[in-house]
Amino acid sequence: MKKWDFKALLAAGILVSSASLAQPSGKDWSTPAGNVAGQRYSSLSQINAGNVSKLQVAWTFSTGVLRGHEGQPLVVGDIMYVHSPFPNTVFALDLSHEGKILWKYEPKQDPNVIPVMCCDTVNRGVAYGDGKIFLHQADTTLVALDAKTGAVLWSVKTDDPSKGATGTDAPLVVKDKVYVGVSGGEFGVRGWLAAYNIADGKQVWRGYSMGPDSDTLIDPVKTTNLGKPVGPDAGTNTWQGDQWKIGGGATWGWKSYDPASNLIFYGSGNPSTWNPKQRPGDNRFSMTIWARNADTGAVKWVYQMTPHDQWDYDGVNEMVLADQDIGGKPRHLLVHFDRNGFGYTLDRDTGALLVAEKFDPAVNWASKVDMDPKSPTYGRPLVLPQYSTEHNGEDVNSTNICPAALGSKDEQPAAFSPKTGLFYVPTNHVCMDYEPFRVSYTAGQPYVGATLAMYPPKGDTNMGNFIAWDARTGKIAWSDPEQFSVWSGALATSGDVVFYGTLEGYLKAVDAKTGKLLYKFKTPSGIIGNVMTYEHAGKQYVAVLSGVGGWAGIGLAAGLTDPHAGLGAVGGYAALNQYTSLGGSLTVFALPQN
Amino acid sequence: MNLLLRAVPALALLVCCTAGVARADGSGDPAAVSSEDGKYADKDGTATYKISEGGKVDFYSYIGFVRYSANCLQCHGPDGLGSTYAPSLVNSLKTLSYVDVLTTVAGGKKDVSEAQTLVMPALGENKNVMCYIDAIYIYLRGRSNDAIGRGRPQAHEPRPAAFSEAEDSCMK
Repeated sequence: MKKWDFKALLAAGILVSSASLAQPSGKDWSTPAGNVAGQRYSSLSQINAGNVSKLQVAWTFSTGVLRGHEGQPLVVGDIMYVHSPFPNTVFALDLSHEGKILWKYEPKQDPNVIPVMCCDTVNRGVAYGDGKIFLHQADTTLVALDAKTGAVLWSVKTDDPSKGATGTDAPLVVKDKVYVGVSGGEFGVRGWLAAYNIADGKQVWRGYSMGPDSDTLIDPVKTTNLGKPVGPDAGTNTWQGDQWKIGGGATWGWKSYDPASNLIFYGSGNPSTWNPKQRPGDNRFSMTIWARNADTGAVKWVYQMTPHDQWDYDGVNEMVLADQDIGGKPRHLLVHFDRNGFGYTLDRDTGALLVAEKFDPAVNWASKVDMDPKSPTYGRPLVLPQYSTEHNGEDVNSTNICPAALGSKDEQPAAFSPKTGLFYVPTNHVCMDYEPFRVSYTAGQPYVGATLAMYPPKGDTNMGNFIAWDARTGKIAWSDPEQFSVWSGALATSGDVVFYGTLEGYLKAVDAKTGKLLYKFKTPSGIIGNVMTYEHAGKQYVAVLSGVGGWAGIGLAAGLTDPHAGLGAVGGYAALNQYTSLGGSLTVFALPQN
Repeated sequence: MNLLLRAVPALALLVCCTAGVARADGSGDPAAVSSEDGKYADKDGTATYKISEGGKVDFYSYIGFVRYSANCLQCHGPDGLGSTYAPSLVNSLKTLSYVDVLTTVAGGKKDVSEAQTLVMPALGENKNVMCYIDAIYIYLRGRSNDAIGRGRPQAHEPRPAAFSEAEDSCMK
């Protein structure tokens, strides 16, 4: 058989090359992150840095739900799909007829699932594929709806809410499969990622975050960690006894996909419990970046960012795939802004660690990530004992740890502009005191085991920043301070304008190159949803869900206190409820006629 | 849960708040009139807080803060002040009695309507809560009466041996 001429095929564009890494989003916004690479970048430029100051509200829509509204709507053709938190209503709006409701799906779910949802009853949105809308409901029902009629085509149960497992994530559709993960790290749930056939809802594979190789789909020889085989029993041998069975490593974040390597990328969350003393070992593979074969779930590589977590630095944040040059060489990159405050750049084909730098200068729990391949601690964070809750022990309050448990960034996803080569990252600028203590496990009950208090870094009053990041060098290009954590996902466009929302409820547009504020508008409630854009009938629109809540809503009523204000002082920072109130609604923006 | 059973006789002791009391919450006058092994009680025998010179709190108020912040804060917010999806307990305890609080914590609560979906889980089987329920109540009672401020109490009485013994046997 004749050997293929690889170079010739590549030149002819026949082979899938890096150029085919997911097209940017265009007229439609048909996947949660705009494209499967997780870039949240649109090729639309009708709205641009030159005219965005003229932006106006085109229309609005109420979801009728008061809880926190994370995620984003989808637009496929003439229909917009809007989801809500519990009860997880989905609306199909006809964009050709002034947003008329084509259909509405409202599942009947047992309200007992509500209290096992840590940190509000959020949902991060629906996915689309093959004429179907996919929703992962709070009660872990994965449902496929007819995109035209809303009729239920099939539904499957992915896990058990009575054990504390819940569905909050946006599914990802690739080819003939839909991928979902699970929430419940604070309930001792064992995390997993699963693939279901979009045709009939049949499970194709399921890979757990920890456990025997048959559960994790790890191959002791073929699966690598920083270039080396992980070895046998990697998912159990860093746990004491059977603790991996309630080991956490939830998978409720965003997933991305590279068609060139056929790999699915996602992160696993914190190990259960929050008391590190109670679960000795590295607790693999919590806090890990995963690369799995999309067809089989087989693990190509893993990288554990925070071995033996002691701060709840949940590793679920999005994996943004981008092709950029580093040191003059084109690289296939995976960029990840972790809760632990480090921005990681890896080679997504091999899992090689290229860059790991702090994306908030306040980060202090580790001095750096060891980048020396010859070092015995290669790839590990070098933890400072004074901020180690393991070192300080149970019933000891470790103070001034930065970032706080909600991380330098939580689930609010970043955007990437291939035009500027920069990542746009919504961040938290919050520190904490953390006291771990003994905790007892009961199935379906919270399994936390630590008390914490959160506040802005010493000397600062802003609790958030919106930053531009160069993942090739690990440096901040510019940073816009925000009074509150920025809990909204960003949108980058080829119009050189970047959008994000704030907890007070502002939609903001800034210059992609400088961060200069170009436009802002105060929506009905605080924004924890992600900004998206689409084109309909020749006009570009920008849309975002507002509706404050989620982890961010914890501080809404109370605001954060300042422990440095002295004994007995109230010292409360401005409470968010002085700025905004509850209520879910969609606000859609456009330029005025003419 | 034996802890809960032990608490039930307190129901019989419950006397409605009388007029003329300088300060009263859902359990009446919170002033501590007696103590046993570092745990204080009001005139009706209901668990209460004790603040001494310089703002030093009793041990139960302190450990109540710690356990509240681990098990209740996720919904009821820091310092009992509420969140976007659960009420402020600082307010609630102004009218809820000790028994009301225990009953709700152990049995849960559901308020689901078109307008809202408030559901509290039944925590009666959760040792992390029930082994410390008196302490959590005492802390929140102090918060409700504005006797304990926001944040971690800066000073507290030493850990009573009786507390450690009860904790060990309960958490087993």
